[in-house]
Amino acid sequence: MSRPTPHPSPVSRPFWDACARHELVLQRCAACSAAVFYPRPGCPACGSTRLEWEPASGSGTLYSYTVARRATHRKLADRVPYVIAIVELDEGPRLTSTVVGTDVDALTIGARLQVDFEDDETVSFPVFRVVAP
Amino acid sequence: MSPPPSIVGVAELAPARDTGDETDLTLSAAVAVEALADAGLGPEHVDGLLTHPMDTASRLIPSTVGEYLGLRLGYADSVDLGGASAVGMLWRAAAAIEAGMCSVCLCLTAVPRTTSGAVAGAPTRRTADLSPWREFEVPYGNIGATEGYAMIAMRYEHLYGDTARARAKVAVAQRANAAHQPKAYFSGRPLEIDEVMTSERIADPLRKLDCVLPTGGAAGVVVVRGDLVGRSAHPGVAILGAGEAITHKTITYAPSLTDTAIRQSADRAFANAGVERSAIGLASVYDCYTSTVLLTLEDAGFCPKGKAAAFVDEHDLTWRGSFPLNTHGGQLSFGQSDVAGGMSHVTEAVLQLQGRGGGRQVRDLRHAFVHGNGGIMSEQASVVLGVVS
Repeated sequence: MSRPTPHPSPVSRPFWDACARHELVLQRCAACSAAVFYPRPGCPACGSTRLEWEPASGSGTLYSYTVARRATHRKLADRVPYVIAIVELDEGPRLTSTVVGTDVDALTIGARLQVDFEDDETVSFPVFRVVAP
Repeated sequence: MSPPPSIVGVAELAPARDTGDETDLTLSAAVAVEALADAGLGPEHVDGLLTHPMDTASRLIPSTVGEYLGLRLGYADSVDLGGASAVGMLWRAAAAIEAGMCSVCLCLTAVPRTTSGAVAGAPTRRTADLSPWREFEVPYGNIGATEGYAMIAMRYEHLYGDTARARAKVAVAQRANAAHQPKAYFSGRPLEIDEVMTSERIADPLRKLDCVLPTGGAAGVVVVRGDLVGRSAHPGVAILGAGEAITHKTITYAPSLTDTAIRQSADRAFANAGVERSAIGLASVYDCYTSTVLLTLEDAGFCPKGKAAAFVDEHDLTWRGSFPLNTHGGQLSFGQSDVAGGMSHVTEAVLQLQGRGGGRQVRDLRHAFVHGNGGIMSEQASVVLGVVS
């Protein structure tokens, strides 16, 4: 099963390259220490351009989610019902992803999550799995 | 002191599921002519124009529309604030008039729709998007409005408790209002609480009847310098104060999912107007989803945070009730014609303040609060309107 393919920019390319190695990376601002997602040329907190890539823990918390009962994209139609999730990473930033390998009706906000990667022909996508408490 | 810039003419087409061969331009022209006639003015009086991105042309929309209407303009612009565009137009028109850029400003919204063109997965302009949204949201299906608002509602209910019944009551009360607005798509089709609460699940916790029905349509208003009020057969409706706030594009990156920028936008509008919440006799607020209304009631300051469900439970939200809300049916019952849907909240407030509310007229109305909301709670625009005697 594939997903809509992202088209990385020069700024975001290192993120997707790391995903291909099954590594989740974030930018860290050398000036104000803010962790940054999604990738940017400048820090959205302080404006510094001294952003450096670093490995992320891959751990986070389910901040919110929905269960799509209808496909929201034709490439995702085979996955219905599927989870669209906002994950708050332990480093601070939130990102959009999905939660896989779980009963969609048993999910709860606040659930602890760990990143995993879903490979298609050209891209590795970060996805999340619930960590048993 | 000169009177504030005021709305003196309105026009609105009945929303339709399929507008056939109409284009943004033909629909714009239809409401422009009608709004000017309503104002007792003609194209020769217009020197300001506000429009919005259209499918008709990729660029130079204001001059395209202006030429089509035969206007000679001193001020023209395109407002790109999604559902907040219409309310945003009012502030821009008023500010442009006060800055001397124009004296009679047409604000037009028009969006055609064909049922065949709305097939899921059909190519749209969005598929060529190279924004971060396309890169980091679309692969996971976080694409349309419904999933974004669903995640907001899910977090809200996690923090403040289930709101399914209150959401349903909003839909039902607005449907009752629509019975007295013949242009409303769902006029004459009453709705019950249980119907809403058991309708098809779309994106948890939102169900089908929590969501608007996409339509095509058009609406426009004429805003004039205060001293020009009086040509119309109807009273002018003054733009007393406005506010805006834009904090994000994709909901994932919003400062908060549940404390929205509506607060900054509404606080600014009320402060600029010098009007208290208690003076508002009509709330005409953006309702893409029932849940949006609950957040708006709280963050616009009509009830405390987390208490919207109780507020809805305690009030009659119909035109004759204790808190008249979206008396045209809201977009939930009127139909959501994209950007023009946002204008429906403006036209309804103007008609009500002018005493043209027909069978749904709110009694003794002096002030209305109108709110526009774009994208996924991303663009917020508020305005306080009033009758100046």
